[in-house]
Amino acid sequence: MQQFTYERATSPSDALHKIAAAKGGRFIAGGTNLLDLMKLRIETPGHLVDINGIGLDAIESTADGGLRIGALVRNADLAAHPWIRRDYPVLSLALLSGASGQLRNRATTGGNLLQRTRCPYFYDANQPCNKRLPGSGCGAVGGYSRQLAVIGGSAQCIATHPSDMAVALRALDAQIETMRPDGTTRRVAIDEFYLAPGRTPQQETVLEEGELIAWVVLGAPPGGRHVYRKLRDRASYAFALVSVAAIIEDSGRLRVALGGVAHKPWASQAPFEAGDTPAAIAGRLLQGAEPSPGNAFKIELVERTLRSILAR
Amino acid sequence: MKFEYPAGDNPIDRLEVVGRPSDRLDGPLKVAGQARYAYEQHEVAPNQLYGVAVGAAVGYGRILDIDTRQASSAPGVEAVITGRSAGQLDIGDFYVASALAVDQVEHYHQAVAVVVAGSLEQAREGAARVRVRYDRQPGAFVLKDAVFAAEAPETSPDIDIGDFARGFADSPVRVDEIYETPDQSHAMMEPHATVATWSGNRLILWTSIQIVSWGLRDLAKIFAIPQEDIRIVSPYIGGGFGGKATVLSDAVLAAVAARHCGRPVKLALERHLQVNNTTHRPATRQRVRLGADRDGRLQAIGHETWSGNLPGGAAERSTIPTTSLYAGAHRMMRTRVGRLDLPEGNAMRAPGEAPGLMALEIAMDELAERLELDPVELRLRNDTPVDPTSGKRFGTRRFAECLRTGAERFGWHKRGTRPGLVVDGDDFVGLGVAAAIRGNNVTNSAARVRLRRDGSLLVETDMTDIGTGSYTIIGQTAAEMLGLGLDRVEVRLGDSSFPRASGSLGQRGANSSTSGTYAACQMLREKLCAAAGADPARADFADGQLIDRGRRVALRDLAADGEIVAEDGIEFDPARGGLAHQTFGAHFCEARVDRITGEVRVTRMLAVCAAGRILNPKTARSQVIGAMTMGLGAALMESLAVDPRLGLFVNHDLASYEVPVHADILEQEVIFLDHLDEHSSPMKAQGVSELGISGVAAAVANAIYNACGARVRSYPVTIEKILPHLPLA
Ligand SMILES: Cc1cc2nc3c(=O)[nH]c(=O)nc-3n(C[C@H](O)[C@H](O)[C@H](O)COP(=O)(O)OP(=O)(O)OC[C@H]3O[C@@H](n4cnc5c(N)ncnc54)[C@H](O)[C@@H]3O)c2cc1C
Ligand code: SF4
Repeated sequence: MQQFTYERATSPSDALHKIAAAKGGRFIAGGTNLLDLMKLRIETPGHLVDINGIGLDAIESTADGGLRIGALVRNADLAAHPWIRRDYPVLSLALLSGASGQLRNRATTGGNLLQRTRCPYFYDANQPCNKRLPGSGCGAVGGYSRQLAVIGGSAQCIATHPSDMAVALRALDAQIETMRPDGTTRRVAIDEFYLAPGRTPQQETVLEEGELIAWVVLGAPPGGRHVYRKLRDRASYAFALVSVAAIIEDSGRLRVALGGVAHKPWASQAPFEAGDTPAAIAGRLLQGAEPSPGNAFKIELVERTLRSILAR
Repeated sequence: MKFEYPAGDNPIDRLEVVGRPSDRLDGPLKVAGQARYAYEQHEVAPNQLYGVAVGAAVGYGRILDIDTRQASSAPGVEAVITGRSAGQLDIGDFYVASALAVDQVEHYHQAVAVVVAGSLEQAREGAARVRVRYDRQPGAFVLKDAVFAAEAPETSPDIDIGDFARGFADSPVRVDEIYETPDQSHAMMEPHATVATWSGNRLILWTSIQIVSWGLRDLAKIFAIPQEDIRIVSPYIGGGFGGKATVLSDAVLAAVAARHCGRPVKLALERHLQVNNTTHRPATRQRVRLGADRDGRLQAIGHETWSGNLPGGAAERSTIPTTSLYAGAHRMMRTRVGRLDLPEGNAMRAPGEAPGLMALEIAMDELAERLELDPVELRLRNDTPVDPTSGKRFGTRRFAECLRTGAERFGWHKRGTRPGLVVDGDDFVGLGVAAAIRGNNVTNSAARVRLRRDGSLLVETDMTDIGTGSYTIIGQTAAEMLGLGLDRVEVRLGDSSFPRASGSLGQRGANSSTSGTYAACQMLREKLCAAAGADPARADFADGQLIDRGRRVALRDLAADGEIVAEDGIEFDPARGGLAHQTFGAHFCEARVDRITGEVRVTRMLAVCAAGRILNPKTARSQVIGAMTMGLGAALMESLAVDPRLGLFVNHDLASYEVPVHADILEQEVIFLDHLDEHSSPMKAQGVSELGISGVAAAVANAIYNACGARVRSYPVTIEKILPHLPLA
């Protein structure tokens, strides 16, 4: 790996200060994604600011009856938290379907949101990839695309975002609260947090240089039945071919987000109504999809997964 | 010692130690992290440097130039060696790809340079700074489009018995289908790794290798040095599955680098290099034609297989199981290999049988369906006491018993006679069966045993333990022969300075190497009798004593003046008693398929194995459940994805090349039929570790078909291949 310098931050403002001082620096949280990518030289930061000691590791209730989750809360702790299990079980289920116990012990809420695609061409520095090396082309278009996006992509990139947690957060309409080096903070809805690849697939989120994810904010508990279904080639420890986070409210209204189909958790703005059939829901969600021959099955799989969820 | 057929009674039959489920001798070392694998051999050769291989960035092409300047000036870098500066390197006798490309890149990730530095990180950084310019050339990467040799490879000649074309045409019930098996990766846990050092002209390697003597042979050829000048040490191997049969690029590059730098060099292939730099099980296309009469008796069996490889590379011999498994008067087998510029295809657990049965045993399921005959019954009807191709009688063949025992134990009668009949909740439930057959081969093997002054015994042989249990069964064999407890025996393996054994390949290691140990122990017994003035024909060894007509002499007393050493080996008659030697089994599987989503769960697996004497039921069972797990992977998920534009296996890490995890395995059971093979070896044992995988994938595929009606003839059976067969509502 490329040589880098490293320092530990002691507070959010210290982290922001340190990252601003170092050009080309990166935060490191659990390191479960960043270090792998650095070893493969896909990420080559010259400086790392370790944020594990800055706090932001608690889950707190908010004035409007919701919760805010610190960016450094570990995936394992988040999944096991009694409030989450009681009021937002879809989040717990999604987290537990991802990675492994060891990884979840280490991985953080902020890091999970920012984990990078598992596109195999992105992972092989010899191959063209616009995300890794802008302008080099896209190996996946016309190549091995089974895992990749069926909607929202571009001719330049069809990568999927691999997070399970983010899919549940999308179904919950979570907000992401950040801090910028200049001291300002902002809130972004998760749906607006990830950018479509377009011609600049290297730009994945709205975060600016040196901006820190501080909290993930959830509204009041939505109630209803929560489901997270993840379809994959083996029973655990695999990224989703397709996943569905669903919240079926007592009224029958349905909130759905899909994983494994796009560069971000895929959902529609308006919720679905009680009478909507799985085919209608899938049709509306995936309208305009442009799958490749290697992943066209995902469209049918989404519909079938919805049918399976609604059949119960 | 020559092995005389049949074995007759011998001290192993006492089964005081052999045949017991002893724990692994190496187990405590492994769980405590004290078993030193190749890359952990820090102390054996002080002052080690670290090597990192640079893999070619193109699938096929020429190297125009390699700019090493930036790499050479990187911190800590001691040397950057390319094919041009490495000196002449040949290839060995087993693998055809060169360890280091000179001008021509033969396949993706073939090494084009090795960077040596003071630390691993520095070597990696140096490797990233090597600039190579290539002239990418069009290569052949697609099996379907490969150009196939007109002739059969020497290793698998055409077989024509009777008149296949007529026999098939005349059969009232026929199956004629094409089956596809994908490229698969060994994906062993321990990467290929070596520490190499030279002292003068002598080369010493600590490496991870399955057959030490092949390593000597191949290194001698590669470096043009005498075998006597090479020593290989390989005490622990973290899995190989055929992918470490002999030396690969890690060993060659470490040796090149150590020679160049005049210091020991340690080098492991990074995970992504394991896939494209080393070897894999090659993909096959197979056409199987079965013709039967209305009673299900096979009249005609045709099996053709096509695989690809680098020029000179071996064919995947998928027809091997078909030559011997079922009766049938008219037989036709063809094996063809075509040129592909992908990485080299080579041995992986049960080469031939594993992919061959993946095809043949689906075809048998299809035939049973057309005959409206139970698949177990169809197989029983085509049992044969004589190898239908060679005409030889089988040494042992308990195939029918395996099927019957399995059917009974598995609850086969609960199987729905048509797909979709058994439904439980959201799932279709199906049962599948497949036959298992795998050659029971042996290799001459030797050992040296030393009765030490304290009365304990030391066994030394170059046999390897690739995680299989060799240490333990060799120890059990020696303990049995000398009447000692297993705790009084120490076993040392994997060192070329020890007597030569089979090594671990082709499920022959256990039977061959314990037979070698048996021979050496037999000689030691004779020496001890001579020392004690006892009659070897009557003497018995028990409780640490030699017992002759009531007289008891402690072994410790016999060795009091100095250790007593015996070295001998077992020699097998190449004709092997004029018999056909195969192991047999039957695999049963229960699969659930979600009626709506098509998700598959394999809920139960059973293997019934007839594999001669089971030397240690615990280690044997571990072998078989490991093999069943690998077979499940082959059925459901394992597949190297070829990018035909770029010429590589794209999914070259363990996040994208998936193998089964614990959650995929619910219930596995193994039954060993109680029997001895008097014609196999003095141990009366056979091989078992590859029998365990042979047929498994087809049993899974057949269970999926029985569950939901998805007949998938192209492995792995993934969700998108099942969906089209599921009802829409
Ligand atoms: C083998 C394996 C299997 C996996 N399987 C799954 C799976 O099935 N499902 C799934 O969802 N995930 C899976 N993962 C991914 C895992 O969830 C992520 O690696 C993890 O969530 C990343 O969190 P981290 O804290 O370790 O991030 P890091 O690696 O520390 O950081 C990731 C990125 O986020 C940035 N970052 C971290 N925190 C902040 C912050 N607070 N503000 C701004 N930037 C920040 C870092 O700079 C870096 O760019 C798997 C990972 C592995 C290795
Ligand atoms: S899909 Fe995106 S990440 Fe994958 S190769 Fe193309 S540009 Fe790179």
